Amino acid sequence: MHRTRFFDHVILLIGVFIMVAPVVVAFMTSTHEAADIHRNGLSLTWGGHFAETYETVLTREGGFTGKVTGFNMMLNSMILGLGFAVGKIVLSMLAAYAIVYFRFPLASLFFWVIFTTLLLPLEVRILPSYEVMNALKLTNTYTGLIVPLLASATGTFYFRQFFKSVPDELLEAARIDGAGPFKFFIDVLVPLSRTMMAAIFIIMFVYGWNQYLWPTLMTTDEGFFTLVRGIKQILLVWVGSNIPDYNEAFALAILAMLPPVMIVVIFQRWFIKGLTESDK
Amino acid sequence: MSEASPSPWPSPRARGEGNAADNGASLLPAMAGRRWPAGRMRGRFKDQGRQAAAKRVQFASPFLPYLFLAPQLAIIFVFFYWPSVQAIQSSFYLEDPFGFGSTFVGLTNYADVLKSTEYFGIARFTAIFTALVTFFALAIGLLLAVKADGVIRGNAAYKTLLIWVYAIAPPVAGLIGMMFFNQHIGPLVEFARWFGWDIKVGLDYFDTAFAMIVVAVWKQIPYNFIFFLSGLQGIPVSVREAAAIDCRSELRRFWTIILPLLAPTAFFLLIINVTYALFDTFGIIDVMVKDKAANNPITLVYKVYMDGFRGNDLGGSSAQSVILMLIVLVLTVFQFRFIERRVHYN
Repeated sequence: MHRTRFFDHVILLIGVFIMVAPVVVAFMTSTHEAADIHRNGLSLTWGGHFAETYETVLTREGGFTGKVTGFNMMLNSMILGLGFAVGKIVLSMLAAYAIVYFRFPLASLFFWVIFTTLLLPLEVRILPSYEVMNALKLTNTYTGLIVPLLASATGTFYFRQFFKSVPDELLEAARIDGAGPFKFFIDVLVPLSRTMMAAIFIIMFVYGWNQYLWPTLMTTDEGFFTLVRGIKQILLVWVGSNIPDYNEAFALAILAMLPPVMIVVIFQRWFIKGLTESDK
Repeated sequence: MSEASPSPWPSPRARGEGNAADNGASLLPAMAGRRWPAGRMRGRFKDQGRQAAAKRVQFASPFLPYLFLAPQLAIIFVFFYWPSVQAIQSSFYLEDPFGFGSTFVGLTNYADVLKSTEYFGIARFTAIFTALVTFFALAIGLLLAVKADGVIRGNAAYKTLLIWVYAIAPPVAGLIGMMFFNQHIGPLVEFARWFGWDIKVGLDYFDTAFAMIVVAVWKQIPYNFIFFLSGLQGIPVSVREAAAIDCRSELRRFWTIILPLLAPTAFFLLIINVTYALFDTFGIIDVMVKDKAANNPITLVYKVYMDGFRGNDLGGSSAQSVILMLIVLVLTVFQFRFIERRVHYN
């Protein structure tokens, strides 16, 4: 019995090593100087240039236009992540409320109209989506960055399932007390959904922050670049330079993963709950 | 509400309906008595028939439901239906390269795509890539979940350390991967040299494919781990104890008892992983091939992007989009049929 447990720990430790080591190495290497990395390769030790590198990455104006800073990109990532998560929760709670709590003639038609969106991911319709955005003149805007990503039913589906599990007696009681649709929604359903909202918020924030393809298409103006979208640009700048700025690339990668990783680690409980109950 | 679930990990006694993969029910122990949403894909289709009868009491209002639905519907129509219809429509047209209108060409775009040997090469790579990424991500995720389920000491620490990579964006994972496979500084390249293998990512087709698969698997392990672990922890203690009495070999117990009970979770994950390998790996591939797709392995989604945005071949790209849509539809139907069959397991 003891031997089995021992080997279980060995396998788990190998797993942890594979998952954690690359990022630890990336962080440690980012504290070395570029020339040092070029000479000695990746590093597992502290390089002592943490402050300079991260300050440079966050505040130095760079890019093709020479105006964009890491801080600016981080701000854009934050706007995308928060905007997407909040938008998703508001839209899908309202839609789910209408579907579950109202009797109206076109209910099942709208239900299908909304849930068909689960069938086709954004990736298979990128070009026409881009054309539509062009026609609407929404490229290089925050609206264009966030709103099209909201066109899917994941959140709606999730809240619909949750609302259906809320006991009918609550609505009956509320109606006896004279509560209308608005009052019931705000005073009963919203407080009841708080945990669900938190779980969905975490998942959606990570999803929004990590978007790559859509921001790549929508933003050509560097002022709108997010950190994740900027990654490839950083790599492209390298081509042809003598000593690539490995340290800065690693620092940007660390910055790009920091907020979503923090949120997932700190709110692990809600995150896992939201993930396993709602899928994507 | 929040005190209703002291732990994010399902407690075995919460398993009310005896449904091994119903994480939805098991994750909220205190609410298990209630009719909790079926959760996940399967639930999407399960009770749509009874949709109208969801609530005994409902509000009746001539315009309020439309008001609440309006924002979501507006966004879906503009950003989902409009582009989807456009994709199908422009797949039948040949766009003038200078933007002077387009001509109806019927199925020519499709014929061109399907006749191209390049497209078939990419399709073949996509299939192999998808199969390998799915297999390894699932296998490693399952192995770690089984082990994490078994240990008691350090349990929570293992979980945190194994899941947090989920939060890393695919292109960021790609960037870190590029560094590890870098010609000058990459430790993995040096490691492979010991075995006489000179990895040249970006130059050698096979090596690039290898690096892409490694990064894609690494990024997906946490997701599978989370689902397998909550599936495992949903298996009732009584079942495990009964199995332990009947069969001493732990390995055999795993194959004959645990794995069949995990089958629904595994199937759900299979579909999710295939979708991941087909679509979500775009960021990894884009970072790793850096626009030099010429001799490098790419997937079908990347090809749609290349033809549409670099090659300005609107018709061809749209035809490819529609082909991808069909693949997704087939996957969905496959899944739907399985769900129908799964009902008998309960």
